[in-house]
Amino acid sequence: MASLDDLKKRISSVKSTQKITKAMKMVAAAKLKRAQDSAEKGRPYSEKMNNIILNLSSGISDKSNAPKLLSGTGNEQIHLCVVMTSDRGLCGGFNGNIIKKAKSYFSKLKEEGKELKIITVGSKGNDQLKRLYGDKIIENISFKNSKNANYFDAEKVGKIIIEKFEKEEFDICTIFYNQFKNVITQIPQAQQIIPLKTENNNENGSDESYEFEPDEDGILNNLLPKNISTQIFKAMLENSASEQGARMSAMDNATRNAGEMVDKLTIEYNRSRQAAITKELIEIISGAESL
Amino acid sequence: MSEEFKIEIVNPDKSFLSKDDVTEVVVPAFEGEMGILKDHISIISFLKPGIITIQAKSGGEKYYVEDGIVEFKNNNLSLLTSSILNLKDIGKNKIQDLLKIAEEEANKTEISDELKYLADQKVETLKLLN
Repeated sequence: MASLDDLKKRISSVKSTQKITKAMKMVAAAKLKRAQDSAEKGRPYSEKMNNIILNLSSGISDKSNAPKLLSGTGNEQIHLCVVMTSDRGLCGGFNGNIIKKAKSYFSKLKEEGKELKIITVGSKGNDQLKRLYGDKIIENISFKNSKNANYFDAEKVGKIIIEKFEKEEFDICTIFYNQFKNVITQIPQAQQIIPLKTENNNENGSDESYEFEPDEDGILNNLLPKNISTQIFKAMLENSASEQGARMSAMDNATRNAGEMVDKLTIEYNRSRQAAITKELIEIISGAESL
Repeated sequence: MSEEFKIEIVNPDKSFLSKDDVTEVVVPAFEGEMGILKDHISIISFLKPGIITIQAKSGGEKYYVEDGIVEFKNNNLSLLTSSILNLKDIGKNKIQDLLKIAEEEANKTEISDELKYLADQKVETLKLLN
């Protein structure tokens, strides 16, 4: 059994840990609010962008001449996976979930005999992936210095991807990120961005024809690269909201667990203190009796 | 009969401006300035660097944009842009800074014709503002 002094030290150490996790939880809660706000504010842009592209791509008659970003290269051999994680830890299963999703996708690709290339965004993903897939990682991007997700960072990532696509370094690009559902639930997502998947929902597809200036191809060529940045930006916003949410619930759990631990340790401390007192009393009494 | 229509300008990170009493908007479309009035035909185009002029019942406003996409449909004008500034809010210094960046870009030799055209437009617009 641990001595009284040891117990006292442990209690105070657990208590100070609890203070830290509590503070982290509150910081995460404040940041979550902001991240959620910006995720919501960012939605109209990506939705509008999507709508325009839908309208455009349904208007294209000659599919074979469509830009490659839309129609693909015709091959499916080389896959580029962009794994987006956070730069900081202590956020529960947030990074683990993305990595798990990505790894299962990687092994599926491997079975199918496809070639794999990885870009990691955020240092935590890089740390976890480089052990198994170190030779596949072609780029590691980290935005440790940016406070919030911003569009310029997303544009940078988008540009790298497009550059590689134009050099024909890959055929299909998929991004991995966590979609924010609520504070407790974040859903890891795999979204294919090149070639773009256009869902044919006819309810939105208007029969009204647009004027294009310049022609459809010109607009598509201008729009598609932008759309990639937009999709990445959306993923970044969702990710940052998810990260804060995950951190908040993880820290909430940690605080509660620390509380339970303090209770348990305090009981143990009191018990051993009582035991020591009883022992001393018995010693005195038996000493007195023997006289 | 009212002559008004709706305009919405969105940034990637927020909704920048929304008005529903607009009478006329002039946007710097890629192939030249384009004035949009009510009941314009549905159109999609993208923007070159320039000035957006909005005429509304509640007053006119001018904005500087560097790029973007414009969509007009059912008397709803949507502008998607990542770089927009209200002319009222940008001072001389900011314009000078932007001009410097733009001139550097325009003076690069290895860029494509299209990029060169856009950079020149940027310089021209900013010089006009300066």
